[in-house]
Amino acid sequence: MTSKLVELSQAAAMIPDGATVSFGGFTTQRHPMAFVYELIRQSRRDLYLFGHSPGGDWDILIGAGCVKRVELAYEADEAFNTVGTRWRLAVQRGQIEWEDYSNFSMVARFTAGAMGLPFLPTRSLLGSDVLKKQALSDEQRRQDSRTSPKKAHVMRSPFNPEDKVVLVPAIHTEFAVIHVQKASINGTVRIEGQTFADIQQAMAADVVIVTTEEIVEEQVLRQEPERNALPPFVVHYVCHVPFGSHPYAVYHYYDYDPIQLKAYHSSAGDDRLFQDYLHRYVLEPQNHAAYLEAIGGLERLETLKADPEFGYRADLKRRS
Amino acid sequence: MAEAHYSLTELMTVAAAREILDGEVVFAGTGLPMLGAMLAQHTHAPDCCIIFQAGTIASQLAHLPMSVGDPRALHGAALAAGLFEVFDYMLQAGKVDVGFLSGAQIDRYGNINSTSIGQYPGQPKVRFSGSGGACDIACLAKRTVIIARHERRRFPRRVDYITSPGWLRGKDSRAKSGLVRGGPSVVVTTMGVLRFHTETKRLYLSSYHPGLTARDVARNTSFRLDIQDAIQTPTPTDKELYILRELVDPERVFLR
Repeated sequence: MTSKLVELSQAAAMIPDGATVSFGGFTTQRHPMAFVYELIRQSRRDLYLFGHSPGGDWDILIGAGCVKRVELAYEADEAFNTVGTRWRLAVQRGQIEWEDYSNFSMVARFTAGAMGLPFLPTRSLLGSDVLKKQALSDEQRRQDSRTSPKKAHVMRSPFNPEDKVVLVPAIHTEFAVIHVQKASINGTVRIEGQTFADIQQAMAADVVIVTTEEIVEEQVLRQEPERNALPPFVVHYVCHVPFGSHPYAVYHYYDYDPIQLKAYHSSAGDDRLFQDYLHRYVLEPQNHAAYLEAIGGLERLETLKADPEFGYRADLKRRS
Repeated sequence: MAEAHYSLTELMTVAAAREILDGEVVFAGTGLPMLGAMLAQHTHAPDCCIIFQAGTIASQLAHLPMSVGDPRALHGAALAAGLFEVFDYMLQAGKVDVGFLSGAQIDRYGNINSTSIGQYPGQPKVRFSGSGGACDIACLAKRTVIIARHERRRFPRRVDYITSPGWLRGKDSRAKSGLVRGGPSVVVTTMGVLRFHTETKRLYLSSYHPGLTARDVARNTSFRLDIQDAIQTPTPTDKELYILRELVDPERVFLR
């Protein structure tokens, strides 16, 4: 059996400037944050990001100046912060290029890519400005093959002309990076709880990098194949990164960290404070272990560990 | 008038919860819709089925989620899957009875903007989170309940961007756009409850909250609002308030 284990810094170094990337997770859950921090340490530039509902993974990358263009449905930490602060500032200052879709249409686009189809139809978007308006000009689209030449296309069903659908273009990314609960060194992946769109995103990428809370024996995962999400041959690299999604939640392992999220959200609106946050928590800690120390070490992490009964921390203080 | 024994959030939550019928499939979002859905499940609609767009189906919440993808949404769920399963098999296929929506701007036809204020494309003056699943819920749920803060600027004549299509330009314009079902049925605001005329699909005031008048609501709306049949919003019962405070949100995550 091949070992695909690599160090986080090695895995992050495989993504070049200007790459097309999608990250797994959903708003405040299961983003590959340790990997994102590593991209910032390595000063990655001009990334093209594709996502449905990212959260602080995109927000901090945008704030750190790593991102050129995004295609998305939503960017926020939901009830913790209802608009991604660096995302909002980047748009309002003209520092980022973007295109708006909806969650369903973005998932349909990843699914088309995962299925090897050029597009998929959906009944959503009709009547909305998500369909009628576009933030990227036709010129911007024509000039860059990383973006679809057309945002969407309305057509009537060839089987019933009364029936109108919207075709949305497939997404293929060079990289997908997902953070999961369990993986073998060979790349068999198990996701516990909601899968979000991680499976489609992985299947729609040329190179799949998995960061995992736990490394589990391949044979153990294969005893219950119905619980697994990805077969090893679609996964190229595996990194063992406990607490790799902090400050976000990983079902069965740990909860989101309200203290750290508050520290981020209260810094992000001010350029100087945001730089202080970046230095203190991302740039000065040389690696993930040092990051975990910087946020309060084991003492903090202990307060986040999931109760076995619930899969999250039932007594977590979420509003302080 | 004696001081109210409930807060505005509690009044709105109860009004929203009463829009859910027993046995319905409910697509709940973060915040007040979660409170409302959970309250309905504990009171008049024990068999309503709560779906969260990030992939959980038929949740029986023990603790309020702060995200539709929260591990708390998995509690007692019949199924854990992903966005694909929920959007394709549930929402698009027409299995969702009622969805909840909110936004920064709402017009007289219940079209909602949660994308940006100002000229678009180009440089918007203010940028919001974007659609998320809102556009999809607005397009594909059998009906939607809109929750909103009632201010003049939030109820403009036209929204700057239609993130979530309501009745579009009124009358049959929604059906003509190709949308196969749905449309907003009610708007629960911080000042009252608004519904849509059957024919014109324009908003009218159904009820104003205690302590306000129908004219107060009209004055805080940029478009002309029919207020002639408005009555006072029914107040929460002691049982509803008890369940809301003690069972639904004892942590005060969203209750104010």
